[in-house]
Amino acid sequence: MAIFFNALPGAVAQGLIWGIMAIGVYITFKVLDLADLTVDGSLATGGAVFVMLTTNNVNIYISLIMAFLAGCVAGFITGVFHTAFGIPAILAGILTQFSLYSLNLRIMGNNSNVAINFRKYNLLVTLSNINKSLIVGAVLVVLIIALLYWFFGTQFGSAIRATGCNEAMARANGINTNRNKVFGLVLSNGIVALAGALDAQYQGSSDINRGRGAIVIGLAAVIIGEVIFGKIFKNFALRLVGVTLGGVIYYIVQTVVIQIGLNPNDLKLFSALFVAIFLGLPYWKSQLKPSAKKQAKKNGEVGANA
Amino acid sequence: MLEIKNVSKTFNSGTVNEKKALSDINLTLNDGDFVTVIGGNGAGKSTVMNIITGVYSVDCGSISIDGIDVTAMPEYKRAKYFGRVFQDPMTGTAATMEIVENLAIAKKRGQRRTLKYGISKKEREEYRELLKKLDLGLEDRLTSKVGLLSGGQRQALTLLMATLQKPKMLLLDEHTAALDPKTAAKVLSLSDSLIKENNLMTMMVTHNMHDAIAYGNRLIMMNEGRIILDISGEEKKNLTVEMLLHKFEEVSGSEFVSDRALLSK
Repeated sequence: MAIFFNALPGAVAQGLIWGIMAIGVYITFKVLDLADLTVDGSLATGGAVFVMLTTNNVNIYISLIMAFLAGCVAGFITGVFHTAFGIPAILAGILTQFSLYSLNLRIMGNNSNVAINFRKYNLLVTLSNINKSLIVGAVLVVLIIALLYWFFGTQFGSAIRATGCNEAMARANGINTNRNKVFGLVLSNGIVALAGALDAQYQGSSDINRGRGAIVIGLAAVIIGEVIFGKIFKNFALRLVGVTLGGVIYYIVQTVVIQIGLNPNDLKLFSALFVAIFLGLPYWKSQLKPSAKKQAKKNGEVGANA
Repeated sequence: MLEIKNVSKTFNSGTVNEKKALSDINLTLNDGDFVTVIGGNGAGKSTVMNIITGVYSVDCGSISIDGIDVTAMPEYKRAKYFGRVFQDPMTGTAATMEIVENLAIAKKRGQRRTLKYGISKKEREEYRELLKKLDLGLEDRLTSKVGLLSGGQRQALTLLMATLQKPKMLLLDEHTAALDPKTAAKVLSLSDSLIKENNLMTMMVTHNMHDAIAYGNRLIMMNEGRIILDISGEEKKNLTVEMLLHKFEEVSGSEFVSDRALLSK
């Protein structure tokens, strides 16, 4: 138990970084109703760009912004594949993600791992200073959620929400749905790459394999957030808070099960099963409902006749 | 004024499923025209609407509204000129968004959407007044999610959205077909009063011959992708269902094949 509580602040700090990534996933998966697999590549891209720039003595904040923009470019490519090439979103994301593997290696000078020393650079989040990491992580989360809350409440942001909700309605009201989808993918992957930049700082290196399964972790966080907080968090900003907390909870649970003795190599298996089951739940519910409704209707009719 | 010139449209061209949906359609609607469109299944009624609004591109021919050629314009750009209500009540509104948010989106049809935040008090009041006129109690539910509304309420809301920013033309695609008779009658009379109030050029597809005769100043009948009847003025006023059926048989040389049209009162 003592080990758990000692590990807790660190798990929360890392969880906040996953939480930021999950916010990015939320934009595509929930707001735009697209499954975007670009994130598996753009997370590593964010880390790679950040580490390479910082170790080449670029200002840390500028490096962070550049990492964000690199993610935006990745999202843009997926958006173009999807809208201009007519490729299904999921495949468009896979193509970008696949190509990012090569690009990320190039960014990192053909190394699969580039270290960044916290003693040499004044990193924003780092394992060596968990208190600072927690504060920076929390501030960034609040800032991102506040910005997104504002953005999706604007005329342009509302049009993006309408695009995700009902494309026919959006187009009938003069909304350029393709452009909005591209924009959503750009924004989402920018945020994911930003999370990648934070993650690389926290881990002390950027790694070519870092983003593998990011979409699953992101979805897990979104689902945990909705399952646990969905009933109380209705407002958009609070939903995003729920998603972030979902990321934190995911990481804490992961820390706990590994300490209990789960083989870390099995983590991906259990994460995938978890996401599959919770994505399945609403479907199973909908399969049950019609018959339940029919039954209710029957009863109602009988009642009416009597 | 809407002008459709020599428009043809074939689906799945060159395959076994090839379907000639429209062949050489010519149609001119004048400002203030309210035309009803009837025809059997697969006659091309909905396709005409979809080529006007840009859901489908045309194989040949041209479409212009008030002299503006929209033939090559993408659907979202044409939306500036057209207000639409669909057959499926789910299609015209965004279910996960609030009533007032849906209206605010419709208000911006054809205009630039900026980074201006929220919906002003003045706008809200305007929407409340308009909703009040629908007499469905929606004025007290501004922030309710549209998904919670009934089909009739959603169609009434879609109608309001389609006319909020006055369109050059209103298109109603069997917009009462999915509603129960009582609600359908209410939505239809609401449509009629909105059309008259705004003097809107309107095209209404319907499978109900009575409605097609009772509403509008002009009636078009379609069959196999062609306009086979175009009746207006006094002749339209004196029409009966029997006359319409007779005319159809006369012109097409076959019986009118739409159970829905014949059975509906």
